[in-house]
Amino acid sequence: MSGAPEHDAVEATKEDSILTEAARAARSSGGGGGGGDDARANGGGGATLRTDKCTIRFGGLVAVNELDMDVHEGEIYGLIGPNGAGKTTIFNLLTGVYKPTSGEIHFQNKRIDGLRPYEIASRGVSRTFQNIRLFPSMSVLENVMTACHIHAKQSLFDAVVRTPRFGRDEEEHREYCLELLGIFDLARYKDEGGTSLPYGNQRRLEIVRALATRPKLLLLDEPAAGMNPSEAMDLMALIRKIRDRFGLTILLVEHNMKVVMGVCERIQVVDYGKSIALGLPEQIKNDPKVIEAYLGD
Amino acid sequence: MPTFVKRLLFAVLVIAALFALNAMLSTQGLFGFGLDDYYGRLLTFIGINVILAVSLNLINGFTGQFSIGHAGFMAIGAYASAYMTVYHAPGWELALAGMVGADAAHVLIFVLAIFIGGLATALAGLVVGIPSLRLRGDYLAIVTLGFAEIIRIVILNIDKVGGATGLTVPGYTNFVWVGVFAVITIVIVHNIVRSDIGRALVSIREDELAAEAMGINTTRYKVLSFVISSAFAGIAGVLFAHYNKFLSTADFTFLRSFEIIIMIVLGGMGSITGAILGAAVITILPEALRQLPTVGLFGQEFNFADLRLVIYAALLIVIMLTRPQGVLGTREFGMNWLRRAQKRPEGDEAVGADTGVSIAERDTTPTADPVEEVKNK
Repeated sequence: MSGAPEHDAVEATKEDSILTEAARAARSSGGGGGGGDDARANGGGGATLRTDKCTIRFGGLVAVNELDMDVHEGEIYGLIGPNGAGKTTIFNLLTGVYKPTSGEIHFQNKRIDGLRPYEIASRGVSRTFQNIRLFPSMSVLENVMTACHIHAKQSLFDAVVRTPRFGRDEEEHREYCLELLGIFDLARYKDEGGTSLPYGNQRRLEIVRALATRPKLLLLDEPAAGMNPSEAMDLMALIRKIRDRFGLTILLVEHNMKVVMGVCERIQVVDYGKSIALGLPEQIKNDPKVIEAYLGD
Repeated sequence: MPTFVKRLLFAVLVIAALFALNAMLSTQGLFGFGLDDYYGRLLTFIGINVILAVSLNLINGFTGQFSIGHAGFMAIGAYASAYMTVYHAPGWELALAGMVGADAAHVLIFVLAIFIGGLATALAGLVVGIPSLRLRGDYLAIVTLGFAEIIRIVILNIDKVGGATGLTVPGYTNFVWVGVFAVITIVIVHNIVRSDIGRALVSIREDELAAEAMGINTTRYKVLSFVISSAFAGIAGVLFAHYNKFLSTADFTFLRSFEIIIMIVLGGMGSITGAILGAAVITILPEALRQLPTVGLFGQEFNFADLRLVIYAALLIVIMLTRPQGVLGTREFGMNWLRRAQKRPEGDEAVGADTGVSIAERDTTPTADPVEEVKNK
């Protein structure tokens, strides 16, 4: 394990504004030197997420090996690779579920490796899961409202005594979540059980829940898994839409090549925990090393 | 402010009802209606058990951390407050009586005792909770059980609080005290559960990894819920000690912990009304069994009350087979529940039925009373 990393205190800035304001704030505050929309052009803008020789070992297995990543502010970045390449492990490293054995992870120029997952989430990194992890006994609305926790202004005292602040805070989150659900056409299911929704809607609900933490970086772990082609097409449009609307940076792990090639602006390919290629979708498609990794020799 | 008035009215009504009940339990009775002292005892124990079950439900039912050490925390509250009321209260009460009168001094001293019992138990909960809540499932259950036994054995060896011979305690508790604290417990747990903190707690039960990824400091909230739960167990201990007027560690064995567990498993883990129901049933059950005639079996006379543990076990098995989530599961019994049950036959509120209505029009009427709002869930 590397030496104790220095961690800056969690930023006190909290955007409590609704949607558009949040998007504006995320766009202007992120990335240190990053330049908002321009960042979307390849190579432009600052890196919002950067890993530096990030390695994790499980016993003798090197699951991720000296991985360097550089995700730019405002882009949709794809992470692909054959089964067992370590993609989900990379997600777990980025979100603090695992600590890297060596190497560093920086988000918005601050070191985040070694932080607990909730600390990383409160810095603006949110995620969905490969196998959907909604809160089963909660309604759709409660699932989303749970994710507003970071922005809650109510204390235990407020809750117990039901102060006016409690009422305002709850109402504010409720409205925000309903608005978010509305964008994803889920508002009418608000009182349904979260896990009683059809599969595709559960995936979308998980994205809504991740968005309710008001992230700057959204990690999507196989969002198109189990979707039929037309659902996958809708999903691609949706991913672009949320990037633009919320001013997000999106990192995507996906098996569905149509989705990856269609929506990602840059793609990194990993195999056996190592980065083997990085570039535009067109370059990746024709890269001999990528073809070899997928098809074998 | 209408909410404020509503709450005040609620409090006044509750206290009035409790005093009326208390008067009925006294020797004179209320307007000629009197209840046997036996029922007074039963009601008081139901109240104490409601406090225990509802508070245990916060950590076991809502947060999903299976703790079976509630009796240990009850013991800490009981003994900490008894230490005060036995050794210090008589002098303090006399001094206070000179200033505010005997009755007020009596009340103040007991409020202080409850405060001390609750605080001591909350601190114990913090000390026990921080290390043990790192564990999950069976391990947590075993560790909390172990801690409860340690607490009991330690108390058993402190001669100052009676040790093995027990301790005689002044009788401060009456039915009104128990009723007021039962209502306070229910209101506080209800308000916590229906808040941002409550959602955080339930999310820990549902999926700890996802909860953490949504920015919830799961360790902190587990400990918080454990501490609150312990504090109420301590208060129940204080009330129990000063009602029973005699304390012995035999009252706080793991059997007591299991009894509380059975209450919430029976009523529904994650349901406040379920816990209340469970507490009432488990308190009344042995008494009801006592009314039954004895039976001869294997050439021996059996009293049903003596068989209560066997009957608990059978009851639990039946519940586990037919309704594993408990009678109420995670639902709450309330006016809304009744209303919905009535409405159902006429046509379920179909999901698609309201597609035409925009979200803006739906359900935007902010209900003034948060309790009402909660019931709309």
